Amino acid sequence: MAEAASDPVRRLLLEREVERFFYAEATLLDARRYAEWLELLAEDIHYFMPIARNVRHDDAAEFTRAGLDAAWFDEGKETLTQRVQQLATGLHWAEEPRSRVSHLVTNVEVVEVRGTPGSEEVATRCRFLVCRNRQADESDLFVGKRNDVLVRAGPGWKIRRREILLDQNVLLAKNLTTFF
Amino acid sequence: MGTPSEYSALVNPAQGTVSREVFVDRGVFDAELERIFARGWLFVGHESLIPKPNDYFASRMGQDPVILTRDSQGEVHVLLNSCRHRGMKVCLYDQGNTRNFVCPYHGWSYSTDGRVATTPGALMGVPHYEAAYRGELKKDDWGLHRCPRVARYKGTVWASWDAQAPEFVDYLGDMKLYLDFALDHRDGSEGGSEVIGGVQKWRIKCNWKFAPENFIGDMYHGFSHRSVDMVGIGPSGGQGRRDTFLKRNTIGFPGLGHGLLGELPHHEEPDYVPVYRKVPEVEAYYREIHERRKANLGNRQRVSMSVGTVFPNMSFHGRQPRTIAVFHPVGPTEVEMWRFYLMDADAPAAVKDAARHYFLRYSGPGGMTESDDMENWSYSTEASMGAVARRLPYNYQMGLGHAEPVPGLRGAVQSGEFSEENARIFYARWAEFMDAKSWPELMRG
Repeated sequence: MAEAASDPVRRLLLEREVERFFYAEATLLDARRYAEWLELLAEDIHYFMPIARNVRHDDAAEFTRAGLDAAWFDEGKETLTQRVQQLATGLHWAEEPRSRVSHLVTNVEVVEVRGTPGSEEVATRCRFLVCRNRQADESDLFVGKRNDVLVRAGPGWKIRRREILLDQNVLLAKNLTTFF
Repeated sequence: MGTPSEYSALVNPAQGTVSREVFVDRGVFDAELERIFARGWLFVGHESLIPKPNDYFASRMGQDPVILTRDSQGEVHVLLNSCRHRGMKVCLYDQGNTRNFVCPYHGWSYSTDGRVATTPGALMGVPHYEAAYRGELKKDDWGLHRCPRVARYKGTVWASWDAQAPEFVDYLGDMKLYLDFALDHRDGSEGGSEVIGGVQKWRIKCNWKFAPENFIGDMYHGFSHRSVDMVGIGPSGGQGRRDTFLKRNTIGFPGLGHGLLGELPHHEEPDYVPVYRKVPEVEAYYREIHERRKANLGNRQRVSMSVGTVFPNMSFHGRQPRTIAVFHPVGPTEVEMWRFYLMDADAPAAVKDAARHYFLRYSGPGGMTESDDMENWSYSTEASMGAVARRLPYNYQMGLGHAEPVPGLRGAVQSGEFSEENARIFYARWAEFMDAKSWPELMRG
């Protein structure tokens, strides 16, 4: 592990910095400031939400595989940008009128730090709770784990990889028109 | 709701109306489970999900949980996933491989062909068979309930609970030609397609029939997808949501209940139009496939299609995207939708990857196209549940009385690009099933 992580004070500061980054990101999403949110994504981001399957305890095939299998999402920045464009048309009926969404991020951990201070790549782990309330009485709760890789970009961070492990098998929401 | 005639009276295809009770009423729903889902041929899965002996895939038929298995001898079965002793599910996994399904309640165990396991040992099969049952239980009579009719068709597996059901290919009729287009290799050779790993399953608060009705040939609902058309998510980039070269026609099969949007049968392959232009390697592959298709099919009859429905609850996209969808009834106003993604098994990795990315941004609950359908179907349902709303039928009058026979297809009619003829065909078939007619009557043609 790099120097940044072995010094306890620097480690603490890094963890705090990562938390603050996730909170700021959640604020952008919940305020529907999608253009600014896209700025947080690295050009080569891999955004992946596999499908969770019910398998035997010793079967490694619980989640579908990136790049090979079906998934809820398995895409890059181009498609994410198209999703933002679709929201902006005003004709995307699934989000017209807009849903009320709140992203809660918790249990944030820095798992690994690579590179040198100033140009680190940080592997992180957290839990998410995303609440969507729509129309009069439609309410969806998405809970799960998120494994992100962040890269230092000037004063801030960019998200290079986001793996979203949703704690659902049959998706209980009728659609997925929010970002995680 | 009650007697058979009351159900069929809710549908008036000649006038082009269908009562909203058909989409919200509990009595109608309960009768559908018996008269449609316990009788018709239902899609249960694909052989590529169970390639090896003792592989299994958990599926559903109506509200009944079933297990699609390949037994130790390679034979394919569809078994009711419910222990014969107290009804517990004997398989709680979505897929896997096992010699026996062991009920977690009292330990009854069954082999993958559904029979009570005969492996020696006091705890196998029926535990304590000698000590507790005194060896008197007729184990041969208490295997998992096996679906009497199973049909394997170009990798797809279908089943019916009705031993009297006609052969699957007869149930399909000449809709077969269009299903073939989806299941056959892009180069025109037979079969060769498989489903990729992972089935998308999700719940929608709408009646199950909204989906097959939409996919049977509702060209008119393009308005639902304006946002994605504006953004342009097609495999070649730019405007729209697919590479467009198909001249689509509404083609339906009265008396069978199936229908699709696609081409009329023809005997010559149209000129190649570049597809998947965003990835030159993939475009080159399809260019080569087109030449192989011309050679393979010669002057044989062929079709192309975009979307269609096999009555009652299976729909498929044949080209862009290329998928299978099933609509499992949960309640009068709730459906569980499953989507499987189809590929040619021998396609190069880059071709599969481009297709997969495109399919996933188009289809499923996260698909930029499909997500808007869910909104419309669920709020159509909500706004149809009120006491006053229920009095008003839905309108299916588009193109009423303008259907023409299709040359080259038995019993098929065409009705142009925009028409509700196929929905009328679907609900007329629904009414026939709901009147609980015998199979000879249902298959009069």
